[in-house]
Amino acid sequence: MPDNLIVTISPHIRSEDNISRMMLDVIIALSLNILVSICFYSWRAFSLILTCIVFSISTEVISQKIMKKKGTVSDFSAVVTGLLLGFCLPPSLPLWIAAIGSIFSILVGKQIFGGLGHNPFNPALVGRAFLQVSWPLQMSTWISPFDGITTATPLTIDKLNLPGVIPSYEELFLGSYAGSLGETSVIALLLGAGYLLLRKRIKLYIPISYIFTVVIIAAILNKDVLFHVLSGGLILGAFFMAADPVTSPLTDKGKLIFGAGCGLLTMIIRFRGGFPEGVCYSILIMNMLTPFIDKITRTKKFGVVGQTR
Amino acid sequence: MSKSNKPGISAPGTAAFLYGVLKGNPVLVLMIGLCPVLAVSTSIFNAVGMSIAVAFVLIGSNVIISLVRKRTPGEIRIPVFIIIISTFVTIVDYVIRAYSPELYRQLGVFIPLIVVNCIVIGRGEAFAYKNTVKLSFLDGIGTSIGFFIVLFVIGLLRQLFGKGELLGKVIFSKPALIMILPPGGFITIGVLMGILTYYNLKKSKV
Repeated sequence: MPDNLIVTISPHIRSEDNISRMMLDVIIALSLNILVSICFYSWRAFSLILTCIVFSISTEVISQKIMKKKGTVSDFSAVVTGLLLGFCLPPSLPLWIAAIGSIFSILVGKQIFGGLGHNPFNPALVGRAFLQVSWPLQMSTWISPFDGITTATPLTIDKLNLPGVIPSYEELFLGSYAGSLGETSVIALLLGAGYLLLRKRIKLYIPISYIFTVVIIAAILNKDVLFHVLSGGLILGAFFMAADPVTSPLTDKGKLIFGAGCGLLTMIIRFRGGFPEGVCYSILIMNMLTPFIDKITRTKKFGVVGQTR
Repeated sequence: MSKSNKPGISAPGTAAFLYGVLKGNPVLVLMIGLCPVLAVSTSIFNAVGMSIAVAFVLIGSNVIISLVRKRTPGEIRIPVFIIIISTFVTIVDYVIRAYSPELYRQLGVFIPLIVVNCIVIGRGEAFAYKNTVKLSFLDGIGTSIGFFIVLFVIGLLRQLFGKGELLGKVIFSKPALIMILPPGGFITIGVLMGILTYYNLKKSKV
């Protein structure tokens, strides 16, 4: 696969962009979030994220050697996968579980399907879903930032009516509450997303329709709208995982449908499902529907007279 | 073996025997009978018990179907197959219930379900109905061995990684729960499928 293949619908225009530059921008966008999570959980965050990245890169290198494929580790995509996987893990997770998750993400989520650009599912979320099913206890034990006391996430407190204080909007916005490493700090994530927007790396269709759907459903059900937008992995998922160009639809209309589907499924899982949070599974399910959405939203051909179907 | 692409028509004895093991492995190549494979392969004990039960039914029904093939009108062959197969399944059902209640409890509904197992009906329809008794017998043994090997390997891997113990010894103290759940079964089968397809492709190129 050439390095400079860009996936979008026609018309096309040439540019000097390539995948490694794009992935580097994602890493820059997420770097503030890394600092925030290290600030919250100190060495735990640092070692978890480092483990994920190291094992992602080495799995990519080794599997491509075994499959006798051209090494693509220099495009930084494995780094991004490792980083995103690290962000959606609980801070107290043992390092060996994170390592297995990274190996699974790259091997089963990506390389088995043919590497970057061929994976039907977001590799980081594949890894997270695998870990969630394999070690449910460790994957649902949360600690609060700074002091490291075991506690429940706000969504769990809300869902199960546990005794516990639901953080204020301010805390939810800054991220100083229990949750996955990199999902809590909305401000850091939004700043990162803003950088990607400035660099024109992401289109807003998916995040906007995703968050908008969540808002609508929360409003209809008469729930706390702002709480459901700010808590859990919604912002991280909407901007950095659902909007992944490989696993989301190509057309703008398709992106809107994709985001709305993610939002609907997230809210269904939050209110009716067994888990307190549904961002991971809803994006994976919509990934599965991406080829179908692409098919029904195919753009009209120009210059063809009469029926084109 | 290289000429056994269409074993249903004219395959000699060894080809009929070997076909079911590698090139026409019921689970990994033909992808039939996946339901019991997924359901009972959570431990070696279940896997071995299930494959012995299937082997008995498969070999027996293959031989009987082949014996009556010239007297069976084409229009009603499937009902005839089902009657023959269910006879053997009933025998297996009673034998397991009498001699190994533990296995009977573990396999549960999947023993009576052998009646509609795609491997058994499939080999009867595709092979035994068109071939001599001797060849059908060999095909039944080969397919049974292929099924046994796959089920044993899947059962071994899923027991090792999903329960973390082997032969009563604890190997992993915190096993991956996914491996004894359905997704783990699918992942294991997928990986084995990939390996066997790779092997078969390499062999057919040479």
